[in-house]
Amino acid sequence: MANIISDETIEYVGILAKLELSEEEREQAKKDMGSMLDYIDQLSELDTTGVEPMSHVFPVNNVFRADEVTNGDDRENILKNAPEEKDGSFVVPRTVE
Amino acid sequence: MSILSLSAVELAAKIKAKEISVLEATQAVFEQIEKREGVLHCYVTLDKEGALATAEKVQKQIDAGELTGPLAGVPVAIKDNMCTKGLLTTCSSKILGNFIPTYTAKAVENLEKAGAIIIGKTNMDEFAMGSTTETSAFGVTKNPWKEEHVPGGSSGGSAAAVAAGECFLALGSDTGGSIRQPASFCGVVGMKPTYGTVSRYGLIAYGSSLDQIGPLTKDVTDCATIMEIIASYDGKDSTSVDRESELAKKAGNKFTDALVNDVKGMRIGIPRDYFGEGLDEEVKTSVLAAAEELKKKGAIVEEFDLSLVDYAIPAYYTIASAEASSNLERFDGIKYGYRTKEFDGLHNMYKKTRSEGFGPEVKRRIMLGSFVLSSGYYDAYYLKALRVKALIKKAFDEAFAKYDVILGPAAPTTAPKLGESLVDPIQMYLGDIYTISVNLAGLPGICLPCGIDSKGLPIGLQLIGDCFEEKKLIQTAYAYEQARGKFQTIVK
Repeated sequence: MANIISDETIEYVGILAKLELSEEEREQAKKDMGSMLDYIDQLSELDTTGVEPMSHVFPVNNVFRADEVTNGDDRENILKNAPEEKDGSFVVPRTVE
Repeated sequence: MSILSLSAVELAAKIKAKEISVLEATQAVFEQIEKREGVLHCYVTLDKEGALATAEKVQKQIDAGELTGPLAGVPVAIKDNMCTKGLLTTCSSKILGNFIPTYTAKAVENLEKAGAIIIGKTNMDEFAMGSTTETSAFGVTKNPWKEEHVPGGSSGGSAAAVAAGECFLALGSDTGGSIRQPASFCGVVGMKPTYGTVSRYGLIAYGSSLDQIGPLTKDVTDCATIMEIIASYDGKDSTSVDRESELAKKAGNKFTDALVNDVKGMRIGIPRDYFGEGLDEEVKTSVLAAAEELKKKGAIVEEFDLSLVDYAIPAYYTIASAEASSNLERFDGIKYGYRTKEFDGLHNMYKKTRSEGFGPEVKRRIMLGSFVLSSGYYDAYYLKALRVKALIKKAFDEAFAKYDVILGPAAPTTAPKLGESLVDPIQMYLGDIYTISVNLAGLPGICLPCGIDSKGLPIGLQLIGDCFEEKKLIQTAYAYEQARGKFQTIVK
C-alpha cells in the first residue's frame, strides 16, 4: 500500500467530517482510506495539463428568480421533525457561556 | 394476476375504458404486496390508507373527465430519498428514521398531478450509497428472480417492486448507475435522463452534480410515458434545464413520439473497452446478440475505442464523496432526524449524532470526501478528478460525433448473492464501471432486459445517448424490445 494514513490524519478528517470513530472504526477507516487513495492515484497517470476542471457539464450561470414567498407558514410541521423544540424554536446545546 | 400482468399504460387504458376501477388496481397491488413483501422487503413504508383514499379521489376525477392522462389511476412506488409531504422519508438511514417532510419532491408532485396512486416508499442503499441495497439501515431487499441474490442498488427496492408486481412503475435515482444497474439485475427497464431533465427539488442530495431521478418500468412504452410526466423545467432546481431551450437543442420532452419500431440507419457504437476483462461471458454473449438483432433491423453497428473507461471509477468516487461530505453536513441532530441521547456540548452532540446515525458505507464516503476537499489535497485529488471528468466528457463528445447510440452491458455480471459484495468496497465499486461515466458526462442512459443467464437471473442491455438525445435511446430500445418479444415475467 502506497498511501499510509496516520492517526493524525484520521483525527483531522474526523474533525472535518464531524464523526467520532471508535478504535475499531478508526483502524478500518485508515485501511479503507489508504486503499481508496491508492486506487484514486491512478488518475495521476493522466496528463491533464491545460485541462480546466469541469464542475458542471453544461455552461451554466447563476440562476435567479424573484424572491417571492409561494408556500405558507409551516412552522408547526417543520418543528415536529426537530429532536427538541421549545416556544417555536429549535433547542440546541448551550454554545455560549 | 391478470391485472398485475398489465403494463402501466395498458392498465390506465383499461381504467379509462371502465374495465378496471382504480380501487381494484390499487387493491390488486396491495394483495400482491401481502403475498410477496414478507420475503422480498421492497418497501420501507407502505401507505395503504392514503393510497386507497387517493384511488377513490382519482376515480372520481377520471369519471368527471378531469384526469385524462396516460397514467391516471396507476399505482406507483417512490424511492425513499424523495420527499413526500406527510409520509415518512428515511433515505434508508437511521439518521432520518423519523423524518416526515413538509413538502413533496417536484417529480413526485408531477406524478400526483397525473393521477398516479402513491403506494409507498421503496428500500435503497443508505443515502443511495451502494450497489446492492444491502447498506440500508432497515434490512436487505431480495431479488424477486432468485431470493438469495441482491436486487442491485441503490434503487433496489424500486426495481424489485416493479419486477415482483408490487407496483406498476417506480421512481428511482441514479448517481452512478443506481437506476440502470438494479434494472439490469431485476429484469426491468430503467432510465437515467440527461442531467437537468427531471427536477431534483425534494430529492435528498448525495452527489448533486451527478444525481438524476428517473423511472423503473415494465417496458419501454411505460418508460417513455412516465418520462413525459416527470420531466419538467423547475425554478426550484438551479440546475434544471428547459428542454425547449437552445442549450437542450430544443429536444423537448415528447418522449413517446420515439416509440417507433425502426432503427434503419441508426449508428450504434460498441465500445471495445466495455467487453474486456471482468465481463461475464454469458452477459457478453447476450448483449452482443442484442446488438446483432438491431443490426438485422437495419442499424449500422460497429466497434470503437471509447478510452478512459478505467479512470471513470476513481474520478467518480472522488467527486461523489466530496459532494456527499458537503451535502450530508446538514444532518446535525438539530432540525430533523436522529439526535444522540447523551452528549457534552454542541460539537460532541454533532459528532455522536452523526456517528450513531450513519452506517459504515456513508461514513466511509464522508471521510474520503472530507479528505479530498481538505487543504493540501484539494488540488491533487478533487480538482484532478474534475479535470479527468472533462476528459471523459470529451471522449463521449468524440464518440457521439460518429454514433447515435453507444451499446454495452449495464453491469459486468448478473446479480451477486446477498452478503458477497460489502466485504470489499473497491471490488463493489468496480461493478459500476459501465454506468458511472454516463453520470460524469451528464448523459442519458437506458437499461432493458436482453436475456437470462444459466443461473436464471436477468441480463441487462445498456444504451447510452448524447445529452438530450433520450428519444434515440427510446427508439432503439423500443425497436429491440419489439424484436425480442415480451420478456419473461416473474410475478408470482
